[in-house]
Amino acid sequence: MLLRTILFGKTYEFPDIRILMGKANEEKSGDRLAGLSADTLAERAAAKIVLANLPLWVLRDNPAAPYEVDEVTRVIQDSVNESIFSEIKGWTVGELREFLLNDQVGCDQILRISDGLTSEMISAVTKIMSNMDLVYAASKIRVIRHCENTIGMEGTLSSRLQPNHPTDSPEGIRASIYEGLSYGVGDSVIGINPADDSYGSVSRLLDMTYEIIKNHAIPTQNCVLAHVTTQMRCLQSGSPVGLVFQSICGSQKGNESFGISVGLLDEAYELAKKYCYPSGPNYMYFETGQGSALSANAHHGWDQLTLEARNYGLAKRYHPFQVNTVVGFIGPEYLYNTEQIHRAGLEDHFMGKLTGISMGCDVCYTNHAKTDQNSSENLAMLLTAAGCNFFMGVPMADDSMLSYQSTSFHDIAALRSIFRLKPAPEFEQWMESYGILKNGQLTNKAGDPTIFLGRQK
Amino acid sequence: MESEQIDLLINEVIKRLETEGLISSQMQKNSARSTESNPGDKSKDPNQSFNINSGMGLQTISIDLDDPTKPVHRGKPLVDNSQDPEALLALMSTTTARIGVGRAGVRPKTESLLLFQSDFAVSQDALYKEVSQDLLKRMGLFTVNTLITEGKTEYLLRPDLGRSLSQEAKSILESKCIKNPNIQICVGDGLSASAIEANLEKIFPVLQSGCQIAGLSMGTSFFIQNCRVGVMNDIGDIIEPEVLILLIGERPGLGRADSMSAYMAYRPQKGHSDADREVICNIFDNGGTNPLEAGAYAIRLAQDMIKNKGSGVKMKMA
Repeated sequence: MLLRTILFGKTYEFPDIRILMGKANEEKSGDRLAGLSADTLAERAAAKIVLANLPLWVLRDNPAAPYEVDEVTRVIQDSVNESIFSEIKGWTVGELREFLLNDQVGCDQILRISDGLTSEMISAVTKIMSNMDLVYAASKIRVIRHCENTIGMEGTLSSRLQPNHPTDSPEGIRASIYEGLSYGVGDSVIGINPADDSYGSVSRLLDMTYEIIKNHAIPTQNCVLAHVTTQMRCLQSGSPVGLVFQSICGSQKGNESFGISVGLLDEAYELAKKYCYPSGPNYMYFETGQGSALSANAHHGWDQLTLEARNYGLAKRYHPFQVNTVVGFIGPEYLYNTEQIHRAGLEDHFMGKLTGISMGCDVCYTNHAKTDQNSSENLAMLLTAAGCNFFMGVPMADDSMLSYQSTSFHDIAALRSIFRLKPAPEFEQWMESYGILKNGQLTNKAGDPTIFLGRQK
Repeated sequence: MESEQIDLLINEVIKRLETEGLISSQMQKNSARSTESNPGDKSKDPNQSFNINSGMGLQTISIDLDDPTKPVHRGKPLVDNSQDPEALLALMSTTTARIGVGRAGVRPKTESLLLFQSDFAVSQDALYKEVSQDLLKRMGLFTVNTLITEGKTEYLLRPDLGRSLSQEAKSILESKCIKNPNIQICVGDGLSASAIEANLEKIFPVLQSGCQIAGLSMGTSFFIQNCRVGVMNDIGDIIEPEVLILLIGERPGLGRADSMSAYMAYRPQKGHSDADREVICNIFDNGGTNPLEAGAYAIRLAQDMIKNKGSGVKMKMA
């Protein structure tokens, strides 16, 4: 294998695909931590030039982890539509980029090609796309999914209501839910990250959220983001579960560090189809994020963008209602500052869409990263322009349990307003029936959580 | 001259002096007054802190505000024309989440926006603090280091180095620590020294007496500087406790740098991951899991681990 170019008279040669993929990445502290970054900007530019000339079949032949040892690789490779792959296997990565950007190519054509791609190809094309390329290409792709309501339609923006509480107090969580609903937040899911992962606590929160949904006839789904094994136990014992959640990783070894496997996820998916209360057919919810495989030393020497692409390849197996990258959560050792978080957010969203999954983003940061709330607001606006399916709604963006900052109830309302977007159609109707929304505008009732007290539908 | 005309003339003169920057004595007198006054003076009505003295065409201003981070201000409902103001207060009292904040159009009100930004500023400033030597001395903890040698920036960028004990630390533990105790308790700064300073003196005695009551032997406790959770494996390999409890500062939250976690593992060793561990998180007074309760819960969890000979998700799946 010869992978070489001359740039400004200097020769750059890359020993293999793994090294080439690492060096072609935009700057990320995580790739530097893993020893995969380009040494100079010119070397990065050279790597991109070589990568752009690489035929797609080479990437299929060089997965991040060998087929024999890694079940995530097997899931991705086995799901490839061979007819479509054989049509495009001779394309270079650069040609794939131009296909995606071609103004004669629309959503259906892209989603068809998507079935012939592996995650390594998706990662490769992402590396040679600029930020606006990523926004533009993603904005063409709509992935629509249905559970109790519909997510991803053109002209809509959904939101997860994230009413976390430091000690899982049902009253405290309920109060945040009322506040969020009054801003029109909660159409993608009412989803709680529990502080206590035990069965008793998780089933109590499922019952409580389900009761709110039923009492107020809200067309949405609930979820408690405990470990999937706890949720499976809840499903089997008759708890009302809307979506089944799990954090996933891009390699088998990474998933083992999360205490999961493809077999376990298969089992959870079967239980979800059998026992979840909404009409479906999409019941799964996954969270991902660049750097998680590296942090578990499960990256097989590959860059974090490729491992992230493989998350989406795995997620696709379960036809999820929604997937989101938690883009700034992992910390500065993987995404150091605003530029890196922004780049990763745009990359992840695009890769998810190109994989054909319903993609959202937890636009967020921790207090030890070099960024701030203004930067988060910027990224949320960029991703809305890119057609992101949903964001998080957290009271004033400040999560009182997870100690990080996300996007706020106000942000959801503002993004809808700035970009002339609506909530999910079923949810929009419900908001109107509750007098929170009139002619697409929030009413005087919006923002007052007490409108849900003592009132039942 | 009529008095009206005199006033007009005086005003004209003052205006001209103002534009030429020549009336500074009056300004200085005013600013001196504002720094001398006691901020948040009880005798003052906080609503009256914005004074405009107008007269003779001259305006002076004195802004003297109370601390907006006090609970009395934080807990103030800001929803305009709430349907049920009393219930709004009741809802707000159930959570530390920032609810009841109202809105300025689709954006937050000025007060809550600026409070958020103030909280963020304080978290950022607190990030580079170190655990006080006095506290460690009082608790009788000696200090060992990880492979971090270049301070906090390296600590933030190189978690791998924070997960391994230095060679020196390993030999100190070999020589100083009791081997094979039932329970080994360690303390690490993690991402918040303030969390250790706020909680350690409360939780530590509970853990000690809990061990005594449960008849569990306790190892030699110590402090790890620039510490990550993964360091538990190195400690386990040297000390070989049945259960290791690592008290560690969590990433600072917004305006909250005092939240601590207790990570626990049964026979921690090389190769263990988070799936082998359990965690009690959000340990802090007033709103979190209070440190006294957390200590008692940790001992109960340790007893379960010893009984089941395992810990973490892996054990639940087995």
